Amino acid sequence: MSTLYADLAIVRPEIVLAIGAMILLVLGVFRAAGDAQAEATTGRLVYAVSIFLLLATGLIVIVYGGGETREAFGGMFVDDAFARYAKVLILFSAALIMILGLEYLARNNMMKFEYPIIILFAVIGMMMMVSANDLLSLYMGLELQSLSLYIIAAFRRDSVRSTEAGLKYFVLGALSSGLLLYGMSLVYGFTGSTSFDAIAQAVTGTEKMGVGLLFGLSFMAAGFAFKISAAPFHMWTPDVYEGAPMPVTALFATAPKVAAGAMFARAMVEPFGAGTDQWQQILAFLAVASMFLGAVAGIGQTNIKRLMAYSSIGHMGFALVGLAAGGEKGVQAMLVYLAIYVAMNVGVFAFLLTMTRNGKQAVKIADLAGLGTTHPAAAACVAILMFSLAGIPPLAGFFAKYFVLNAAVDAGLSWLAIAGVIASVISAFYYLRIVKVMYFDEAGEPLTILGGAEHKVTWAVAALLMLVAIFPFEPFNGLGTPEAAERAAQSLDIIGHAGVPGH
Amino acid sequence: MAADVLPVLAFYLFSTITVISALMVVIASNPVRSVLWLIAAFFSSAGLFVLLGAEFVAMLMLIVYVGAVAVLFLFVVMMLDVDFVALRQGMSEYLPLGAFVALILIVEIALVVGFWVVSPQVSTLIDNPAPAITQTTNTAALGNIIYDDYAYLFQAAGLILLVAMIGAIVLTLRTREGVKKQSVVAQMHRTREEAVALVDVKPGQGIN
Repeated sequence: MSTLYADLAIVRPEIVLAIGAMILLVLGVFRAAGDAQAEATTGRLVYAVSIFLLLATGLIVIVYGGGETREAFGGMFVDDAFARYAKVLILFSAALIMILGLEYLARNNMMKFEYPIIILFAVIGMMMMVSANDLLSLYMGLELQSLSLYIIAAFRRDSVRSTEAGLKYFVLGALSSGLLLYGMSLVYGFTGSTSFDAIAQAVTGTEKMGVGLLFGLSFMAAGFAFKISAAPFHMWTPDVYEGAPMPVTALFATAPKVAAGAMFARAMVEPFGAGTDQWQQILAFLAVASMFLGAVAGIGQTNIKRLMAYSSIGHMGFALVGLAAGGEKGVQAMLVYLAIYVAMNVGVFAFLLTMTRNGKQAVKIADLAGLGTTHPAAAACVAILMFSLAGIPPLAGFFAKYFVLNAAVDAGLSWLAIAGVIASVISAFYYLRIVKVMYFDEAGEPLTILGGAEHKVTWAVAALLMLVAIFPFEPFNGLGTPEAAERAAQSLDIIGHAGVPGH
Repeated sequence: MAADVLPVLAFYLFSTITVISALMVVIASNPVRSVLWLIAAFFSSAGLFVLLGAEFVAMLMLIVYVGAVAVLFLFVVMMLDVDFVALRQGMSEYLPLGAFVALILIVEIALVVGFWVVSPQVSTLIDNPAPAITQTTNTAALGNIIYDDYAYLFQAAGLILLVAMIGAIVLTLRTREGVKKQSVVAQMHRTREEAVALVDVKPGQGIN
């Protein structure tokens, strides 16, 4: 009994969120019954409490986390600095995206109480993913997150595109879960355990992983690559981003990417750390394919949501460069990259959510024309964010790329770093085109910026962060991000990997 | 002597019924009858599980398969208006191909069974189950695994099912306009004055 209580204390953040979500669900069901008025007020109430819950859970993770690594439920759940780093990013970015989405939802009559509750469940799933220390718990968290995301992608059920996005995401997601499970069953079969620690021991004992184990590992990597939308498993991303309502797209681009990236990292380096040189080529291929696909396919886009989809594919490619480098340093670079990526995307989506023309959401890149003269402050912030996404020094986006490429060079993957630089240059084209459209194109009908203070503050702060605060040297020290990421990477249990693999 | 014979007798009884019912599922002409035969097959295989000492699996068989799955099948068969006669018409046409596929499957199964190597530890594992059979029933052992060892996964599965339920409702439920529903409160608040009108009807004229 005492062990159960000890276990429950370790999963405290998840429990708070889960019980909160269920109480809100009951509250919503009873209060929303009746007229549309009651439904809308209940929706708002549940929405506000959900944001509060996310923030409170984030504080619990920070305050009660401590510094040590704790395992619960027989080693299935682990709470270490790595998990806490990812959880803080997930919780706060999800809360921010919810705050920013409020205005859009109210404007488009989407204020239903189920929406925030499903997001809460998705966040619980993400937290389970990053804390998973066993193939089974990893899969459960992943399914909880994916299932919730399928639902909110289709949340505007009267819109054909939204329904299509949800269905497409669901079908392809089910396929990728199949790939993942197939890989997991092979790994289980060839190592005799689903626990990461036991798999690590089985892998460490051998000189070279057997064909069956490598096969399973490859299938698992394919399943993960789908979840983080890395090429060549990216096909769902542009369609789902385009079809889903804008706040949902904003959510897709941020918190789930962190969760999937962190889960990918842990599931590669912890159980298979000893065989890094054997899965390195898979990761390197995924990284190169994603970087180039994100860069090249984004060029022809006219819809800004699709553009952001290709942008996120490209950025996930860069994050995977860090993971391909392997070891503590690679994971640290990846974590820093994810944090900066999330900050940039929250800023950009804060702006995109407010873009309207004649009362309808504007989604074309051409709609941005003339923004430089009509809304100079907003245009300046967006321009900074775009420069940062492109990775132009001295903005934060540059340092993010510097970290991962540096890790790749240190791991003996210079060619990967060079490929990354080339892809980065190609992708700069479409980011800079947005800046050009804003400042130099003739405006047609002026764009209306509908957002409140929260949007303006968010994109201004995001732009400011890009400008100064994420510098990895004195006096900013990246706001502590690199140190936190270093602690997180060190907390991972990487057996048998000597930092630099022999190449 | 009788104590030895009885289980053997029961085994042959249950297995004969299972095989016959399974055959009838395939060859019954009426799909509703097929489902009823299926229920009989489930039932007698539950009996086989009891004979094996797996009483928990037997109960699951009854509750889940007979209680839920078979009834669901029955509903589907009765609700979907599938013309099974039309489905059967191509039977002779597809028979050679079907037989060929069946032959391949049989050969493959034979190959697998023929080259199957049983691990040498298997017999010791079977003889020494953990926990020992004398110490616990298999229901208690399963309960230990599901609710103690895997409590975390069990709760997570519960959350996933909850999300699936919310999702199904939120994506499909719509309040329709113009549906006449009973409102108990409104009924109770009706008074005699507004509900009843006394009309003096003249003979042969009716009410207009």
